[in-house]
Amino acid sequence: MSVRFPKIPDSLGRLLVVFALLVGGALAVRVVIPPSMKDEEFHRNEAIEREMSRPVRYAGSGVCADCHDESVAKEAGYHENLSCETCHGSAREHSENPLEVKPTLPRLREFCSRCHTYDPSRPTGFPQINPVVHNPLKQCIACHNPHDPKPPTVPQECQACHAEIARTKAVSPHVLLECTTCHNVPRLHKVTPRAVRATIPPDRAFCGKCHGTQSTNRESPKVDLATHGEKYLCWQCHYPHMPELD
Amino acid sequence: MERRRFFGKLLALVASSGLIGTIRRKSFGEPKEYDPTQHYYGMGVQVDKCIGCGRCVEACKEENNVPREPFFFRTWVERYTIKRDGEAVVKNIDPTISRSLDAVSEKDILRTFFVPKLCNQCDNPPCVQVCPVSATFMTDDGVILVDEERCIGCRYCIQACPYGARYLHPVTHTADKCTFCYHRITQNLLPACVEVCPTQARIFGDVRSTASPLTRFKRMNKLHVLKPFLNTEPKVAYSDLDGEVR
Repeated sequence: MSVRFPKIPDSLGRLLVVFALLVGGALAVRVVIPPSMKDEEFHRNEAIEREMSRPVRYAGSGVCADCHDESVAKEAGYHENLSCETCHGSAREHSENPLEVKPTLPRLREFCSRCHTYDPSRPTGFPQINPVVHNPLKQCIACHNPHDPKPPTVPQECQACHAEIARTKAVSPHVLLECTTCHNVPRLHKVTPRAVRATIPPDRAFCGKCHGTQSTNRESPKVDLATHGEKYLCWQCHYPHMPELD
Repeated sequence: MERRRFFGKLLALVASSGLIGTIRRKSFGEPKEYDPTQHYYGMGVQVDKCIGCGRCVEACKEENNVPREPFFFRTWVERYTIKRDGEAVVKNIDPTISRSLDAVSEKDILRTFFVPKLCNQCDNPPCVQVCPVSATFMTDDGVILVDEERCIGCRYCIQACPYGARYLHPVTHTADKCTFCYHRITQNLLPACVEVCPTQARIFGDVRSTASPLTRFKRMNKLHVLKPFLNTEPKVAYSDLDGEVR
């Protein structure tokens, strides 16, 4: 060695061999091993197949109506867009073995109140009740048909549906005002609430009946309608169900 | 001579296995009935419709064998409460326990709402970039999957996901995440969460379709994605999204 490479020390020569092996190895991996062997597609396809072969638990909304006619009634009511499995639980097994495996029948108040308990985060207009005062201990299905849910009797009080507003108004200065003081409620609104709407006050003068300077109401705070609030309607700044105190 | 024969055999082995790999790819490629290149999935979330009932969370856990403990979620629902002083309180709701407003007095609330969350199935997924063993990948139809036999459970992807959509499965000790219910959508079923959502807050479909609930949702709403500044290009679009939502 020392004769052939007089200027390169022995140890460096050995290092060069190691480098040559490394570079050669890398080249071999690149050139000699065919790209299909390094392809990730195989284990990916395996993973995809594994993922696709997982068991299905929820049968999907299409299958129920094959056997059950009740779902037809559901299609006209407020629960029209609910899947059967939203309430009855996963039913793939039931659809494959209808006699032996039965889906669940939720009968407890807790089940319905998961969706229908009053919660301020819920969107306005979603039907909500306070389960503590709403016919306590009575099953929901004793009065409401879950496949076509509507109040068993036409609600006499607005708060049966407008619980959020009722609760807000109950702690506001307007607590003593009836809903009908400001809203005209057609009789049909209680039967078909979405088709026939209650009215809202038409103009500023309506609020001015109590809050204008000419008003004879002694309790209410007064403003001069001519100068106060410019072009805006009263309820564009103040929330009538919870007017601020100052 | 021995050595030459050994290298010869090694080379033959490498070449033949490469050949077998090529053949295998031809015969065991993608399953025939379902062509993933013909689909590209996305989801829409209509925040204004979510009532925070948590049925999606429950259905997801049942469909996908997600552990029941309330730390493991493929999809979950957050309650946003923005207080009058501007502070935003975010809480992952647990549908199994009775709801409370998390010690925020109702009088202090400026606005409050629910936001369903899940994997955004990003077109530019940070989790796929960081995986050291290529265990997570995007399928042709745009879903990010985890190969649980390849995942080494290093949690790098869990750290990398800006949406917190991944968790380490306590049984398999591999990363787990929403797959859009890949085993369902490839059978033309809806993901379990979409199936059971009682208010249609979630809309699932093919982003390329010309007429579908998802396309209509995207046409009729002002849309937003979560954390757009990260350029992850999510395929889950939100409508009516509040600026406080992160």
